[in-house]
Amino acid sequence: MDDPLVIADREFGSRLIMGTGGAANLSVLERALVASGTELTTVAMRRVDATGGGVLDLLRRLGIDVLPNTAGCRGAAEAVLTARLAREALETDWVKLEVVADEQTLLPEPVELLDAAEQLVDDGFTVLPYTNDDPVLARRLEDVGCAAVMPLGSPIGTGLGIRNPHNIELIVARAGVPVILDAGIGTASDAALAMELGCSAVLLATAVTRAQDPLRMAAAMRAAVEAGRLARAAGRIPQRFWAHASSPAPDV
Amino acid sequence: MKARVNGEQRELADGSTVATVLDLLGAPPSGVAVALDGEVVPRAAWASTPVPDGSAVEVLTAVQGG
Repeated sequence: MDDPLVIADREFGSRLIMGTGGAANLSVLERALVASGTELTTVAMRRVDATGGGVLDLLRRLGIDVLPNTAGCRGAAEAVLTARLAREALETDWVKLEVVADEQTLLPEPVELLDAAEQLVDDGFTVLPYTNDDPVLARRLEDVGCAAVMPLGSPIGTGLGIRNPHNIELIVARAGVPVILDAGIGTASDAALAMELGCSAVLLATAVTRAQDPLRMAAAMRAAVEAGRLARAAGRIPQRFWAHASSPAPDV
Repeated sequence: MKARVNGEQRELADGSTVATVLDLLGAPPSGVAVALDGEVVPRAAWASTPVPDGSAVEVLTAVQGG
């Protein structure tokens, strides 16, 4: 595998992690997931009588690894219990840890998040926390043993892109674990920017599942993540204030 | 006896176990997990774990999300 994404002890050929929320039906979701090339995809944990079953069978059939999340949890205790239930149900100790502060912003609740992360790491989980674009909190999460940090570009489902690119660069500059841009991606250029800023991967759902043509958007995201990764490795030219001619000066 | 199953009060037969409750819900055989009063009950203990009167049982599975 060329240039794999390495999280904890696992390697992935794709740097695009997908979510499964928001798809009109499983058939649309299936085609979008295949077009995205993803190898790791999130699911939520809900009561068995809730709608939305069948997603596990789909992921297994496609050979995509399952990443359970703790979406909707508002405190550390609730998130820790949800992660433990996910481990029991899905036989994975990987978890996308999400602890949100309120319904309006869905922003991570930093104190509860750090507490939950610490408890889950101690309990043997591979923890991938959805966090604020806060370089200090990202460091703290890494210090307690998280396997990656996943800062938001902007709030979940807004499609507002990366509102504080400098903070993402600061997080990348000091991180010893993969930085995965999670939430806020609206279109392909947002995903490319995340990779150009030095992120190791991008996690997105709504931008694809609620696009007018999810299949095409999935393909666009796949290409954008690859393009951004290449551009980052290639080393961009410095930005300049004045023009700089790309042709030699005229001789006459 | 009564127990709160996935948020709903249910009348259960005396001697009901976690496995009984799963049958009652028609839960699929795999991909589910159970919490009894906030503690995970491992799959291997479902048949032997009694559901006490007045307890809360949560049965979760994976759905589309995130």
